[in-house]
Amino acid sequence: MADKIIIDGLSFALPLFIMAIGGIYSERSGITNLALEGLQGAGAFVGALVAVLLMQSMGTTSQVPYYAAMLFAMIGGMIYAMLHAVLCIKFKANQVISGVVINILAMALTAFLTKSINRVVFQAPSDKFILSVSQRWTIPGLSRIPVLGAVFTDIYPFEIIIVVVAAIAWYVLYRTKYGLHLRACGDNPHAVDAAGIDVAKVRFAAVMVSGALSGLAGMSFAYSISANYSSGIYVGYGYLSIAALIFGNWKIIPTLAACLLFGFAKSGGYQIVQAAGLPSSYSELIMILPYVLTLLLLIFFSRHNDSPKALGEVYDKGKR
Amino acid sequence: MKGKINPVTKLFVKILGNEKQQKITIPVFAILLSLIVGAAVIAILGKNPFSALWNLVQGCGIAPKAKYAGGKNMLTDFFSFMDYWTPMIFAALAVAVALKAGLFNIGVSGQMLAAGFITSVTVGYSALSAPIAKPLAVLLALVIGGLAGGLAGWLKYRFNINEVVSTIMINYIVEYVVAFFIYVKYVDPVSRQSKNISSAARLTLTDVSVNGFKFNIPLGIVLAVLAAFLIRFIFRKTTFGYEIKAVGANKKAAKYAGINVGRNMILAMVISGALAGVAGVTYYMGYFASVQPKVLPGMGFDAIAVALLGNSNPIGILLSSFLITVIGKGSTYMSSTAGLDAEIASVITGLILLFSACGFYIEERVKRSKERMEELEREMRKWGSINGR
Repeated sequence: MADKIIIDGLSFALPLFIMAIGGIYSERSGITNLALEGLQGAGAFVGALVAVLLMQSMGTTSQVPYYAAMLFAMIGGMIYAMLHAVLCIKFKANQVISGVVINILAMALTAFLTKSINRVVFQAPSDKFILSVSQRWTIPGLSRIPVLGAVFTDIYPFEIIIVVVAAIAWYVLYRTKYGLHLRACGDNPHAVDAAGIDVAKVRFAAVMVSGALSGLAGMSFAYSISANYSSGIYVGYGYLSIAALIFGNWKIIPTLAACLLFGFAKSGGYQIVQAAGLPSSYSELIMILPYVLTLLLLIFFSRHNDSPKALGEVYDKGKR
Repeated sequence: MKGKINPVTKLFVKILGNEKQQKITIPVFAILLSLIVGAAVIAILGKNPFSALWNLVQGCGIAPKAKYAGGKNMLTDFFSFMDYWTPMIFAALAVAVALKAGLFNIGVSGQMLAAGFITSVTVGYSALSAPIAKPLAVLLALVIGGLAGGLAGWLKYRFNINEVVSTIMINYIVEYVVAFFIYVKYVDPVSRQSKNISSAARLTLTDVSVNGFKFNIPLGIVLAVLAAFLIRFIFRKTTFGYEIKAVGANKKAAKYAGINVGRNMILAMVISGALAGVAGVTYYMGYFASVQPKVLPGMGFDAIAVALLGNSNPIGILLSSFLITVIGKGSTYMSSTAGLDAEIASVITGLILLFSACGFYIEERVKRSKERMEELEREMRKWGSINGR
């Protein structure tokens, strides 16, 4: 049972984590990003479409579509995120409103496009893209370690991609010049401007990164949860990752802790329902665990939160 | 002399330049822009955009259809449209009241669902007679919605929890808890939804026969319009409304002016939630008679759009909710008549939102062009007077 909790918990927590890192990039640069939910859905849509197209020519056994899907989900998420960036940076829209708009539009657009493409390209009246079943890897040797071996058992390939990308993202944010500029943009954009760096450019890039990472997360959810892409992708994990990053105080490592907590709460709850032999309707009650936990934790931690100082403010050169 | 202003810019400035009318002209401009884009999409799909958009209007009983099924005519269609319009007005007013206090209530969906479900299983399943059951359902919904909204306001005030996050969390909690109770206790084995409520409690009078035509009369529509005017009155004429607006405009300034910021924030969320509650009861116990498990009403999110489009102004909301509801409700008829996916309607709604989110930018652009034009004109006049000497 403990194995199952760890395996399922990780496969849920890691996509959540990479999406939260995206959110951290955007918000540390000063752009409020409620659009994560829409970004992950839009990114996953592009990835799933590419996978389905490739599967037509390569067959369902090839692993190429899987990795292509991950890559194109990132590209798709990045492109869609540019809409949020343009609205917030160039059009100076209210960033909260823009985020909500981006989400609503993503749901509408992807539902519409999925249906249209299925009908026109694949001649099938369907509102989903059926994906192949993901491979699962078990690392020999390491997986034999008692309890912790579960970490190396039945891994989805995307989990490894996420760990690598997350490590790079951490390095870039905390150890490079760009990362420094980005963090400065969120706290004191005027100082960044005075140093001769284009605030708008740094922020634009940060929002694009958040789109790419969200797309990766969305694609991972599509493969791990349902093995298909449908409007069922919008179940609120984007919002959950926002809660995680707020709870993690806009820092990457504490955010990882929050995501792991959500993951294990969810998988642990499921295992308890099954172990206790409760009817499946009780799993609905278990589903609320991550959300209740979020609220409770926020009650204890929101007080000490310090969000980036210039978060949500439109940068206006003339203003002081 | 500096460059000329091109005639297109001139036209825009002329139409959109009047600051007093901008509250109306800019949303209208955004709507037109999105309808044009929507029409272009429809055209790309190989359908006639004009007839498709006209279908939306026909589907809502605002224009006559080519033919009607038995017992239906344009007026019955319009009454069904109003049946769906009613909860939308309440939901959008809910968003607007919170916005006035500078709060973003994304929890309208959850508040609707909580109120709709609890009133359904209590009042809806009781044997109370209509004159008692109907008002009781509305009152109960007010209380439940108010509590749910107030909770988010209190969490914000007491623990500094962002209301966007808390209302979203509450949304999901409500969604799953309601689903749990429906599955274990109230499920109708055939429809897989909660069992239908008694017709005495239902806020829509169904199948009322007039001249052989069958009407669904939504009683809530009267309340909805009254609520819009009441809120307009509160925000224009009362101290209470003024305080909420002050808090929304600038918390610090409001505090220095001696306004109790926390109290006003919580109150605004209570009112917002209460309105969402009534939206829920008119939705689940009016337009529908049952609750679908595991689904948050999308109306709660569309209401955000409606409120923004209506500039958070109650009268503006009556207009914008009318428009968005036409698009949403008319899409069924459009999809069956024009052979388009009903989803295109939500794409158009999304586009309307997108363009209206750019309202500030349009305003700024117009202002800048206007200033430049005036400057040019002044210069021209100067040159003219020099030359004319």
